[in-house]
Parts: sequence; structure tokens; C-alpha cells
Amino acid sequence: MSDAAAPSHLAPGATVRCRAQDPSRHNRAPRYVQGRVGEVVELRRSQPLPGESLGGGGPAELTPVYAVRFAAAELWGAGDHSVTLDLWEHYLEEAGNPGAEENP
Amino acid sequence: MSTEHEGAPTAARLRRLEEAVIEAGLTSDDELDSILEDFLANAKPINGARLIARAWVDDGFRRRLLSDAASAVEEMALPSLSVLRAVENTRHVHNVVVCTLCSCYPVGLLGPSPSWYKSEAYRSRVVREPRAVLAEFGFELDPGVEIRVWDATAEERYLVVPRRPAGTQALGESELAALVTRAGMIGTAAV
Repeated sequence: MSDAAAPSHLAPGATVRCRAQDPSRHNRAPRYVQGRVGEVVELRRSQPLPGESLGGGGPAELTPVYAVRFAAAELWGAGDHSVTLDLWEHYLEEAGNPGAEENP
Repeated sequence: MSTEHEGAPTAARLRRLEEAVIEAGLTSDDELDSILEDFLANAKPINGARLIARAWVDDGFRRRLLSDAASAVEEMALPSLSVLRAVENTRHVHNVVVCTLCSCYPVGLLGPSPSWYKSEAYRSRVVREPRAVLAEFGFELDPGVEIRVWDATAEERYLVVPRRPAGTQALGESELAALVTRAGMIGTAAV
């Protein structure tokens, strides 16, 4: 485990969407958050992107990882709890204002 | 999510890796065995319970545990191979931990995980209906308490810091540690 930090581009409070993805390699973004919008809670330490570290091409690039919180209603359409996951920056895109999208 | 933990192919692959490292003269089978045996012999829920009890009696330690858990673990010379994140229950918030992708768990502090933690039922349901799952464990949470589920998808391993039970003011640290359960530190029990 390295303590080195890769530059991070998302701040706590940022609204992000977990990208829908279906890579041929190992991936640690569970299906149930793909395409869903959540909020960055905090930055975790940088970690190699899963899958890349299996490549055998030398040390994998360190990537910022964030704790991202999703409301149950966003994930399941119901519920008053939240689910927080640790997600690599490559899995995330800024989502602006999700409310505007849901109620055009 | 993965359905079953298929041990054999992974074990074979791990063994090939071990053999490569041993062949390179970096370690030996004996050394690997003794590292694993030492780690597992010391990996018990009392380790986590000692952290919790210390946090209950020492507010400075509690703050270190919540902000930089690794330093708190080191301070108490406890075994941990993982990056720890402690999440604290309050009157208003209850935390519960899962690994939906596999079975990530702070083994050094809690010992080997219970079989239900690795079950598809727990992993798929606790993110969807945690209040119902907790109730099935016999833990009825006040409806006003917010539930935060933590899905350990990266390197961080989560440890729940339960609330100190009422009426325990007279107890010492080791007596308090005896009250803390493995389920309490996963979040499927109050303490």
C-alpha cells in the first residue's frame, strides 16, 4: 500500500454519476450503483485501478478513490437509508444537478 | 455480484504466485506459513472490542480512531493488514457494513467473518432493505434513526463503533470490551 496521492478532481459535496460500464477486466463498481447519482463524501487514499494491476505491465497507475453516498430512493426507488461505496475516479463523472434532470 | 466463492482456481493461482516468489529467493514456504499462522492466531473480535472500549473511555483516542484509524490500531499494537475506517453510531445515525462484491472484512480486528456475512442473502439485501435485515437479526432500530450502509468496494475495511450502553459508567475498559460483540462492530447489533 502506497501513501502516494494522485491528483483528485472531485471535492466533497460534488454530485457524481457512476458510469455504466462493462469492461472485460476486473471492475469494482457494483451494478446497482452504475448509472446512479450520488454525492462525494470524502477522498480516500489513491489506489491502483482494479484490473489494471493485473496487467503485468509494471505498477498500475494510482487513482483517487472517493467515498460516494447514494440515497436508497435513487438506487431502489424507495427507502430512507443511504449506501456509501468507495469508487475510483475513473468510475465517476460529474452529474451537475440531478434534480433538474429528473423533473424536466 | 459473484455468486459463490470458488476457491480452487484462485488457490491454484495463488500457489503459482507463491512458487514464483519462493523460486526468486524472496521468501520460503515456512516463512509464509508462519506469517499467516501468526496473523490468524491473533485475529480475534476482542481486538476490535478493545479499540471500541478505549474509544468509549478516552475521547482523544475516539477522535483518532475516527479520523485516522491506522494510528489508533498501531497505538494499541493490534493486528491489521487493511486500511481501516471506523464509523461511529450516534443517537441519530446507525452504521452497518457489507461487501456486496465479495466478503471484504477487517479480519485482524474481528477474526474470520461469520458465514452469513458472506452469504448472497445478506450481501444483496442489506443494501436494499437494511432495517428489515437488522430486524431479522433481532435488532429493532428506532424508526427515527438514519441507517448508513457502507459497501467495502475498495481497500478500506469498515469497523462500526457502537454507542456505549447506558448504565456502564462504573465499568472499566476491559469490562466494557467484554460487552462489545462482533455483530455490534459489523452493525447488525446495537453493541
